[in-house]
Amino acid sequence: MANTLIGQNYSTPDLVAKVTGQAKYAEDYRVDGMLFCKLLLSPMPHARVKRIDASKALAMPGVKAVLTADELPAPADVVTDLGQRIAANTKGEKALSNEPVYQGEPVLAVAAVDELTAADALEKIDIEFEPLPFAVDPVKSLLPGGSNARLEGNIWGKPKPPTPGQPVSPPAIEELRWSDAEAAEYAQGRLPMGKTPDEWTLGDLDAGFKTAALVLDETFVTPNTSHQTLEPRTAMAYWQNGKLYIHCSTQSTVQTVGSFSRWLHLDQKDIVVVSAYTGGGFGSKATGTITAIIPALLSKKLNGVPVMMRIDRETEHGIGGARPSLHGRIKAGFAKDGKITALDMFVVCENGPYEPVGDTAQSGRIVSLLYQPPAMRWRGVAVLTNTPPRRAQSQPGGMQGITLMEPLLAKAARKLGIDQVAIRRINAPEGKAKFGPANARGQRGYATSAFIKEALDRGSEMFRWEARKAQGGKRQGSKVRGYGVSVSTFVAGSVGYDGLFVIKPDGRMAIQSGIGNLGTESMSDCHRVSAELVGMPWEKVDLTWGNTGKNLPWSCVSGGSQTTHAHTRAAHAAGMDAVKKLQEIAAKVHGGRPEQYTVANERVSGPGGSMTLAQAAQKAIELGGKYDGHELPENINAFTKTSASALAGQGLMGVARDAYPHDGATHSFVAGFAEVEVDVETGKYHILDYLAVADVGTIIHPAALGGQVLGRSMLGIGHAIGQHWVYDQHYGLAVAKRFYQNKPPTILDAPQKMAWDALNIPDPETPVGARGIGEPPVAAGCCAVLNAIADALGDDVFKRAPVMVGTLMAALDAGHAVQEPLTAHI
Amino acid sequence: MAEETPAHVSRRNFIKGVVAAGAVASTSSYLFRTTTLHGQPSAAGAVERLITLNVNGQDRRVDVLPQQTLAMTLRYSLGLTGTKIGCDRAECGACTVLVDDVPHYSCSVLAQRVRGKKIVTIEGLADAATGKLHAVQQGVVDEQGFQCAFCMPGFVMATVGYLKTNPNPTRQELAHGISGNLCRCQDYDKILTAMMRGAELMRG
Repeated sequence: MANTLIGQNYSTPDLVAKVTGQAKYAEDYRVDGMLFCKLLLSPMPHARVKRIDASKALAMPGVKAVLTADELPAPADVVTDLGQRIAANTKGEKALSNEPVYQGEPVLAVAAVDELTAADALEKIDIEFEPLPFAVDPVKSLLPGGSNARLEGNIWGKPKPPTPGQPVSPPAIEELRWSDAEAAEYAQGRLPMGKTPDEWTLGDLDAGFKTAALVLDETFVTPNTSHQTLEPRTAMAYWQNGKLYIHCSTQSTVQTVGSFSRWLHLDQKDIVVVSAYTGGGFGSKATGTITAIIPALLSKKLNGVPVMMRIDRETEHGIGGARPSLHGRIKAGFAKDGKITALDMFVVCENGPYEPVGDTAQSGRIVSLLYQPPAMRWRGVAVLTNTPPRRAQSQPGGMQGITLMEPLLAKAARKLGIDQVAIRRINAPEGKAKFGPANARGQRGYATSAFIKEALDRGSEMFRWEARKAQGGKRQGSKVRGYGVSVSTFVAGSVGYDGLFVIKPDGRMAIQSGIGNLGTESMSDCHRVSAELVGMPWEKVDLTWGNTGKNLPWSCVSGGSQTTHAHTRAAHAAGMDAVKKLQEIAAKVHGGRPEQYTVANERVSGPGGSMTLAQAAQKAIELGGKYDGHELPENINAFTKTSASALAGQGLMGVARDAYPHDGATHSFVAGFAEVEVDVETGKYHILDYLAVADVGTIIHPAALGGQVLGRSMLGIGHAIGQHWVYDQHYGLAVAKRFYQNKPPTILDAPQKMAWDALNIPDPETPVGARGIGEPPVAAGCCAVLNAIADALGDDVFKRAPVMVGTLMAALDAGHAVQEPLTAHI
Repeated sequence: MAEETPAHVSRRNFIKGVVAAGAVASTSSYLFRTTTLHGQPSAAGAVERLITLNVNGQDRRVDVLPQQTLAMTLRYSLGLTGTKIGCDRAECGACTVLVDDVPHYSCSVLAQRVRGKKIVTIEGLADAATGKLHAVQQGVVDEQGFQCAFCMPGFVMATVGYLKTNPNPTRQELAHGISGNLCRCQDYDKILTAMMRGAELMRG
């Protein structure tokens, strides 16, 4: 490719609307006659609704309807893209519940002519709750005498192996209690390595420990952190001619249709999702949120009248979800040169009350990739608690696994007298590095490529690591500086989605984007690949996005850093499809063979002559068939077929499924470097400098990439410096629910100096070479800062994240960590 | 081009956003329209409900309850939805607007208290006649500032207000000046770069 667009900065087509206030987020839509709904939230961590009498509320002037849990559609089976059916999890999250399992869970909803009336109506609802036993501390729930978060038990059991021809059954809730011996170990401040439902082993662990020159055994706790998207998950819905129109806050556009189809038992063709702008997701709005069906169901009860459900900040704290904390313990053996010889990893994941999160298992998989232990055992249990639902948050599970590992690795380097960069380099993955346990056929998964060593080298040089590290721990007055480095990785791409565009006779290119617009700019960036391939200047591209009624192609979930990889591939496939069609048209018009023609600079030219893209588009309409979309490729998704058929006849159509080969599992990598300054008299610390170097393949849009790298680094830094939940353990109630209590970093918490770079080494397993970046900066940011604090003050100052000023003060006074090591939410 | 997502500010779009919002207001004041149902005071001694607010250079007559915030009034009575509500409790700054050139959290200002003052929202920043972006807005465009942009109107208004008191700030000074605004995408470094670019453009 000529690379006039790829790798260049440009203004995304949504930016002016954003900066002039004209961009419409879900709450900005208004329709004549629109009603408002308010939610009645559970005041208790676990309760049973014994009685609801809504008659007084319904008798109020202006109150239109009440919706209860009894009126919800039953949970439906999930059918994957591959046609695999997964049986419904009847114990999963619902939009409304008669057995609320966390404080703040919606119990019923009222629709009224305005919000004040709806709020007044909630006061008139006569409702009786029966309190039920609850648990807000996952490890305590496992100890003798612990309570269960759910009536059926306290953990998610291991899923049953699938029976051929039968739907995959969901995991079941089980009860697990550890012994008195484990309780005694807990009392010593160590995470007991008790029974777990899930484990895997790789290599010879015992032999690895026997040959080790150093063995460390560390317990560490990572925080629960709310996503706190600045836009709460507001939704507005109405029905017209049997179709549901829903304006909602979701990360994905096309993929959100499937969620509503499942939640409401509707055919996908009867759902239009409108979400042109989403105010942040970070994983929590991957394909929408189930509470968004509430206005849809209220609207249905009221003959389709529009209903707006405006979510306020306190409600968002509950339904918005959070990253699950991991209580972890790692025993690791090291050779003299710092190479890991054996790794025994044990995690207790605080799962929240609903579906089992992927974080538990992902923690082990990611640690095995990033540090390449030759022998490893991973054991884990997801414990149910009566706290808000856990949802994927940037680098889910990987972030927590790396955060358990990094402080231990830093300590090992200090004990062995090895440089911090060197110990990470010697354990780093390379090329098609393997990860995780072997499958039944004895095969292990492997990365498509890994250049983390190069990222460490580039970062060391840019950060002047060698020159600066000697200053670590040296006191000047009351100030001590510390230097930390961390590596990180996460999955970064999927395959198999579609691209769709039309080059029109006016010489413009209409690109259809099914990617969600959550701020990453991938909904625009990816499509520059198509424009580049057909030689179209970006100024002549019209991008359509954000409304599934507008003929969008089948697109991936905008989550898990899939999109840049998945949709540069799909855009490449559609672009190449158009190039081939253009060559064929030129050969038909001017003679010669198609491959003798080249496409560039808005023209297709060859030995017989040259024509503009506009002329070729006109010719495509005349030729019909595949050229203008009347005949479509067999392998594209049914969703794309419908969209493409609607656009047929308007010009030359580029439409294709990404069927490019792909060997391995795509991962991106980041190396982070931090400098902190701690005041040992006050415990206050500042991050002076932060650098992240990313291995994300080919750079598509530098400004957007830099924003992702440093923005996600800051999200991680928030986990290190102060963001966490606090619970009233006695009543099971959250006490840190708002921004000022559970504070994300502000602009003043950002390091005074921040910089980023990317290696720009193409991934060999994808045609454009680009991978995703949203996830891996998170752990790198968090752990580089944690390691810098330990470098300044020494090991054993903190045993959990975040590291608060009070933690440091107490530890500096006592000379060792004085935190309660394992209690949750303190 | 997706609906509601202009790539460029045309004069027509601008007038739609600034002036003709009154037409929208007729269908968007529902949030408070049925307040008589609650017996809200309208008796002698109660504050006058029909007031005039000067918003983006226009005098606007608007029906406002005593407890109604400026943010709610802008969004739901005047249809100016560029002002965002992120927390409704003065924690995040997404609702920042200028009141007599000073940035205020509009979620924590009563509409009744800003009668006779000049209110400027994100919709009123660009030149109403030409559609030319304000320097700070142009700074965002130049630097591809912000990500999801839900915080953007608040940050831009806070910056415009701060630059009136200090037109030539250092990065550190500007960070302090706009530290009452939260960005959850945490893109602070790029935001600051964009705002510094805006300051530079403002100085000409």
